[in-house]
Amino acid sequence: MTLDLARWQFALTSINHFFFVPVTIGLAFLTALLQTTWHRNGRPEFLRLTRFFGTLLVINVAVGVVTGLVQEFEFGMNWSDYSRLVGDIFGAPLAMEGLIAFFLESTFLGLWIFGWDKLSPRVHLLTIWLVALGTVLSAAFIMAANSWMQHPVGYTMVGGKPRLDDIWAVLTNPVFLWGYLHVILAALVTASSVMLAVSAWQLRKAGGAGADGKTASDAEGATRREHREIFTFSMRLSLIVLVPAVILALFVGSELGVIEARYQPMKIAAAEAQWTTCQPCSFSLFQIGGGNDDHTPTQLIEIPHLLSLLATNSWNGKVIGLSPLQARYARKYGPGDYVPNVFIQYWSMRVMAYAAGLVFLLSLWGLWQTRRRKVAVSRSFLLLATWAVILPFLMNTAGWLLTESGRQPWIVQGLLLTGSGVSPSVTFTDVVISMVVFGLLYTALGVIDAVLVIRYARREIPPAPVQDHAEARVPSMLY
Amino acid sequence: MTLVEFWFLLIAVVWTGFFVLEGFDFGVGMLHGVLGRDEAGRRTVINTIGPLWDGNEVWLIVAGAAMFAAFPGWYATMFSGFYLALVLLLGALMARGISFEYRGKRDSDTWRRTWSGLMTGGSLLVPLLIGVALGDLLQGLPVNSHQEYTGSFWTLLQPYGIYAGLTFVVICVTHGATFIALKTTGDVRDRAARLARMSAPVTALVVLGFALWTHAIAGKGLLINPVEIIAVIAIIASAWLVFDGLEGWAFAATTIAMATAVLAIFSELYPRVMVSSTGHAYNLTIHNTASGSYALKVMTVVVAIFLPVVLAYTAWTYYVFRRRLSDKDFRVQQTAPH
Repeated sequence: MTLDLARWQFALTSINHFFFVPVTIGLAFLTALLQTTWHRNGRPEFLRLTRFFGTLLVINVAVGVVTGLVQEFEFGMNWSDYSRLVGDIFGAPLAMEGLIAFFLESTFLGLWIFGWDKLSPRVHLLTIWLVALGTVLSAAFIMAANSWMQHPVGYTMVGGKPRLDDIWAVLTNPVFLWGYLHVILAALVTASSVMLAVSAWQLRKAGGAGADGKTASDAEGATRREHREIFTFSMRLSLIVLVPAVILALFVGSELGVIEARYQPMKIAAAEAQWTTCQPCSFSLFQIGGGNDDHTPTQLIEIPHLLSLLATNSWNGKVIGLSPLQARYARKYGPGDYVPNVFIQYWSMRVMAYAAGLVFLLSLWGLWQTRRRKVAVSRSFLLLATWAVILPFLMNTAGWLLTESGRQPWIVQGLLLTGSGVSPSVTFTDVVISMVVFGLLYTALGVIDAVLVIRYARREIPPAPVQDHAEARVPSMLY
Repeated sequence: MTLVEFWFLLIAVVWTGFFVLEGFDFGVGMLHGVLGRDEAGRRTVINTIGPLWDGNEVWLIVAGAAMFAAFPGWYATMFSGFYLALVLLLGALMARGISFEYRGKRDSDTWRRTWSGLMTGGSLLVPLLIGVALGDLLQGLPVNSHQEYTGSFWTLLQPYGIYAGLTFVVICVTHGATFIALKTTGDVRDRAARLARMSAPVTALVVLGFALWTHAIAGKGLLINPVEIIAVIAIIASAWLVFDGLEGWAFAATTIAMATAVLAIFSELYPRVMVSSTGHAYNLTIHNTASGSYALKVMTVVVAIFLPVVLAYTAWTYYVFRRRLSDKDFRVQQTAPH
């Protein structure tokens, strides 16, 4: 029971944390792009956009940071036996993350927010790029740590404990390299979808009556035209990032699948609910029934050869089924159930892929709408683009479920079972209390953050800061 | 010095960095309501740490992660043993961290009052709880032969630990007051200086008691620990200096006092990292909790390259934001600033 609850807690807190992380990574990069554009062409619209989206970034970072603190503490709090055993290897990337990435990100974000009037424009531009670098680096270290749990490398066993003996192997772990790329691309998809949604909402508001000049006064009409122009820029930028990012994310994701199939065959077999070995293997779009007790679900609309391609990169590749894998694992590791939750694997794979597919279609439609720098006018596109902001968050959550639930019952693949990693000194009551406290805190944080982000995303974009003389610097943001 | 000793020293230094830097942020958080008579005043106080506090808090993250990497046994026993206390700590850290960012994001008195309350409470709770925890490490907690904590939440509340926690809170108040006096002008500065004049003598008495108790509880005999002496001298000096109106020197003195108060606990702990009240044989030490030497070597290289870089840009940040803030700047634009 304590184990289940500790697992639920880790799952819920990290899923929640990862709502904010990809937005931060991607939005830091997009804000840096906007500011670079302003720095080059000096047009006030881009300064306004930089500060507009920069404010959304700052609101989001605050929650990402505090939820990240919980993650770091949780290893020791709920998973002390795990920490004790693997701290030698797993702790190192976490410490590097703090020293190399978090200091960079936090310090330069402070300089960026408060340094508008204190740094030269060039140095100030550099600060936002260093923030973006910090976010990307932090993702690298945490992904290196996570990938080691999926595919442990670079260690030898000394007295029953894995001891790091090759840091280079940890940092070039193929699961890490592809997984990291996949996460960065997902972050770009997420943040550019957010930018797309905000731009679409703003364009929808700025369209309407002012567009044909029926009811609006001239001044109001001019403001609306200006708004349309500004948010058309940001929409174009978001689409230019979104389209390649989502295409690449799909390809990298499929390559990651091949690599995971090599080291964690259970994960991929479970993602197709494939109990028996097949060659070639088809991929079903839907299934009825299924799960760990139902080995013969009704699979609908099967696409021949697709699973072979996804899992092995070859047209007629062989995928070993869950039952033979289970028998093999039981021989190797002793009696036990080594099959992950098949229902979660099957559906998280599909939710992730379908959500990404929808984002892709929408982004193509968006490119068509804004071709030759046109203002997007289709009301249905603008409405859909606003609501589609939910999709990347679904996609990310499903992706992490696929990765993490697919590793079960292992906490470190082949090395340590999740059940052996939990804290022996922590009682059921302790975990219940922390669950309630974190539950309340995260709900409150989520609501407040959502309210603030929506308020700030919907407000009228503030005018460019007034400068009393040509040489004056842009005034700083303040608390 | 062996690698293991070096890492113990480094972790002590990182905790020291955390308390010195984030210490005045806690002071600012606790005092902003008292020192800022109106909204402009409160914003002046908060903005003194605006660009700094987030980077300062990273010292805490690095302290935790360094313990995890270098002494996994220590990290595992301590973090699982202090379970409910850490839940409370995380709650306080969350409330406080968010309050800086969100307080000014809506033009509403209720909104600002709520966040101010959380900022004050969080800024008081965090140094209190961490202080209690560090004190407990030295006083000793029930830890068995498997390095597992066997007490409950209430076992953590021990007299010395609580006193250590309170000591850090009062040092944070004085440290924060000298910082605000150094970073503001006009009314706010005067009030911060006045507050420092009241709090510094009290803090000096508390730190004197802390130094004596820390020395006694460590049970290392009568041999004087220079770190504890420096803590007492520095805090008395700070009281002296605030009366003379030497703000810069007073802040330097509270910095030294804070640093040596933290180092006092770590120097008395060494070579233990967590004393077992069950039996001395079960003490956690730097040797029975450490990572392998290869991992420590890798980490040492990383630290040797990146710590100087971090220190350099942190110093540069403090230089960029060296100017004093005036509440006049905040009277012009009262509403949400962006």
